[in-house]
Amino acid sequence: MPEKYFKSETMKILVCISNVPDTTSKINFTNGDSEFDTNGVQFVINPNDEFGLTRAMWFKEKQNATITVATVGAADAEATLRKALAIGADDAIRINAQPTDGYFVAKQLANVVKEGNYDLIIAGKESLDYNGGMVPGMLAGLLGFNFVNACVGLEINENNATVIREIDGGKETVTATLPLIIGGQKGLVEEKDLRIPNMRGIMMARSKAITVVEVSENNTATKAVKFEKPAPKSAVKLINPDNLDELIALLHNEAKVI
Amino acid sequence: MAILLYAESADGKIKKVALELASYAKKVAAQLNTTVTAITINNTDTSILATYGVDKICNVSEPKLATFNAKAYSDTIAQLAKKEGSQLVLLAATTDSLYLAPLVAVALEAGYASNVVALPESISPFQVKRTAFSNKAFNITEITTPIKVLGIAKNSFGIHENPVTAQTEAFTPTLSDADFNIKVENIEKVSGKVTIADAEIVVSAGRGMKGPENWGMIEELASVLGAATACSKPVSDIGWRPHSEHVGQTGKPVASNLYIAIGISGAIQHIAGINSSKVKVVINTDPEAPFFKVADYGVVGDAFTIVPALIEKLKAFKAANS
Repeated sequence: MPEKYFKSETMKILVCISNVPDTTSKINFTNGDSEFDTNGVQFVINPNDEFGLTRAMWFKEKQNATITVATVGAADAEATLRKALAIGADDAIRINAQPTDGYFVAKQLANVVKEGNYDLIIAGKESLDYNGGMVPGMLAGLLGFNFVNACVGLEINENNATVIREIDGGKETVTATLPLIIGGQKGLVEEKDLRIPNMRGIMMARSKAITVVEVSENNTATKAVKFEKPAPKSAVKLINPDNLDELIALLHNEAKVI
Repeated sequence: MAILLYAESADGKIKKVALELASYAKKVAAQLNTTVTAITINNTDTSILATYGVDKICNVSEPKLATFNAKAYSDTIAQLAKKEGSQLVLLAATTDSLYLAPLVAVALEAGYASNVVALPESISPFQVKRTAFSNKAFNITEITTPIKVLGIAKNSFGIHENPVTAQTEAFTPTLSDADFNIKVENIEKVSGKVTIADAEIVVSAGRGMKGPENWGMIEELASVLGAATACSKPVSDIGWRPHSEHVGQTGKPVASNLYIAIGISGAIQHIAGINSSKVKVVINTDPEAPFFKVADYGVVGDAFTIVPALIEKLKAFKAANS
């Protein structure tokens, strides 16, 4: 793991974001069902990433950190990067490629981390479109950095982090030194505290830099071959509230779940 | 080149998800004309794995691994995979396995497909079906690397007995201080209650309950069924129920056998998160509630009369069927 002998005065945070379809989008496929149909779809910052970005803003305001946001995406991803800049990130990096494979995305972001010498890297634990759930972990594996997934609490004091990880039935508190990668999720900040761009932020974002980086090598480990929509569901079996015995019988004999 | 699976334990017992992995591995092993190896950590009560087709059980007995540590555990699993020459490594979709899987994948230079719901569509090229778009679609993914890591979605494949005589072996990984940079300071866990992740049945309620003081009947229903309790996002946002109960797209996923939704209308994000549950029962006063469109069984009516009646009838049913 790289050692930081000369700690910069400000903590450098890299927030990795995904550009994903809004949660209410209709999901359809095109081109022989090999691609997601973006027609009419609104794109947003992946919700798990938003929690991380808001936490990063807290560090910026209270602990004098700087925030770079990065994404792997085509030019249409820049609107989402501008939103992040409007929320308060200082600058942005767009790796010019489609994020078709988690390993590929992690490799590209690892290069960004190495170039920028970041202290804290925050990525959402999973994106709502491909649900790969692998980028923060793969980043950690590629860089040899400390990594905590399912992060619901993060405090940093100089070079030390106290991280709360969500576990089955509870929470685990761990400590680690920087540099650190966390896989963020809901709970990292309260939903009501999520930052949204205000007019001033939007104005200032216009003059913040988005650096476009070209891909060096194109190694992927998976490829999406085809998509399918689930089979249509048969209609619900309605049971009369005066006849709950029938519900119990169906759950026992037909569904076999009780 | 045996298939390797990581069999998690809880309280000294092999978890049910490990039996799903074993069942899956056994079927693929038959296609590939190979065997199944399971790695367990600090658990020698593992004979149940043999009932589900595991041919070799390698237990790691190491006090340093008494507490879960993703880096150390992933290094351990990767080392055994290399030793065995495994080309396929299976992990579950538990919190710990989801944490481990990408680390294992990088250590093995392997492609990783998570949320896998079925046996491979083809072996060469290696293609598997997984869920995507928050359970609104399936994605056939090809893994192009020589070694492949699969995360098997909970409750997707089922458990299938296939008793064999298993060989047991000790495995000693090479671990260094660098594996233990993350230090566990504290674990806070509610004991005695089944978690949403482990529950066969989940009883969930939402705004239709009108206030947190009305949750007694939800907890009683859950208790009668041995179920976990859950809630919709709005009621966790306003503090009626703890955040840990929120299920849905940005909350916990539910992949139980039975999901009972009481007073929840069925927003798209909620349904996306609970869609992997096998059977859905919806109880709501509004016959137009969107949730009825995805339910298997539904009762239109007032939860405040239906749920207490259901509790009494279930108690009688349980008494008659025990």
